[in-house]
Amino acid sequence: MKPPSFEYAAPKTVDEAVSLLKQHEGEAKILAGGQSLMPLLNMRLARPGLLVDVARVDGLDGIREVDGCLAIGAMTRQRSVEHSELVKRHFPLVHAAILHIAHPQNRNQGTVGGSLAHADPAAELPAIALALDAELRAVGPGGERRIKAADFFVTYLTTALEPTEVLTEVRFPALPPRTGWSLIELARRHGDFALTGVVARLAADTGGRCSAAQIVLFGVGATPVRARRTEELLVGEKCSAPLFERAGKTASEEIEEPLSDVHASAEYRRDLARVLTRRALAEAASRAAG
Amino acid sequence: MPTSRRIRLTVNGKPHEVVVEPRTTLVDLLRGELALTGTHVGCEHGVCGACTILWNGKAVRSCIMLAVQADGADLMTVEGLAHDGQLHPIQQAFMEEHGLQCGFCTPGFLMSVYELLQRNPNPTDEEIKETLGGHICRCTGYQSIMKSVRLAAQKLKASSPPGPATGVS
Repeated sequence: MKPPSFEYAAPKTVDEAVSLLKQHEGEAKILAGGQSLMPLLNMRLARPGLLVDVARVDGLDGIREVDGCLAIGAMTRQRSVEHSELVKRHFPLVHAAILHIAHPQNRNQGTVGGSLAHADPAAELPAIALALDAELRAVGPGGERRIKAADFFVTYLTTALEPTEVLTEVRFPALPPRTGWSLIELARRHGDFALTGVVARLAADTGGRCSAAQIVLFGVGATPVRARRTEELLVGEKCSAPLFERAGKTASEEIEEPLSDVHASAEYRRDLARVLTRRALAEAASRAAG
Repeated sequence: MPTSRRIRLTVNGKPHEVVVEPRTTLVDLLRGELALTGTHVGCEHGVCGACTILWNGKAVRSCIMLAVQADGADLMTVEGLAHDGQLHPIQQAFMEEHGLQCGFCTPGFLMSVYELLQRNPNPTDEEIKETLGGHICRCTGYQSIMKSVRLAAQKLKASSPPGPATGVS
């Protein structure tokens, strides 16, 4: 349980990091907080030739509000987001997601960008990035690139980032008015990866009719997934328990065959998708009304 | 051979300068090179919490950190708690409330609890559980540890003057 040998570099600028990645393309791996990478190294599931530690890169850290978005630097520790008054007050879904990530010791070291770039399909930050239509920013040899969350998560632990690109920032748009949100997941133990989770955002008009809905399921496939048929079913309908019951059923039917492993069978995950979607919609609707 | 690096770090107030291979984990540096064996190595993949130390005041798992990442860092390990033969109030509370049996997990628990009580001298049971969630204890069943943390909070309040939390040690 010790990492294999590798070289190590600690660049001070994004450009320096990019040129290291380019020089060692295919060999190099970025190290941010290390909360996912280090276990993989200790178990020798990853054997990079070079680790590029971006913790000392200037300007990758910070939480600010820009153009109605919450902009978080990729190297920002999850714990800083958890303790940020701006996030608590104005971006409650982001705050809720952070609290689900592992344990305080992991969040003290783990980063927002690291979690997004690692792209575990059961992780919360990728799921809310998709639900909030977040924009990811990365810098590579050709300059900066902006990637929509919908295009970012390609498959299991794989993103649209090139091996020579460094993720620098994520922007989460604020929720529009009269929009409620919910994030519900089931895990064996608090802090574990979700067996299945749901992020729901739902806008309701003054008559209690659903005017927009976005539902993301995570932990069920190779990436977090939008439940589009379920969203379509909701729009224009009056929010009610029977509607959410139907929506839960549709969500559980429209996902592709969920993962089956020692933690949960595909059948169980599918049923969780139904129950959690129903509950998440009810919670989002009550927040939209409140 | 990968290039070894010279790093400087402070552990329990004492400065060190060491040469490490990039692949050396922080816990192995502490235990092997610096002979601070109070920090324990359990799972070695960031789950059990036995290797928890403070990194610039924040609890982290030292088995999933590299020593090279700690260049310039100010660390505190369980050895930094007791002073002049006197147990730290958190250690005293764990002893009085039977917060340990075999003691393997204890150094990690103590460091997370230290961070919690520095930041939040009056934690709720929920807040205590959130902190303990990052640790595994196979002996006590956690109830005694909960009691120990509650007692530790009382002891610290009694021993420190009112005002903003300061270094207790």
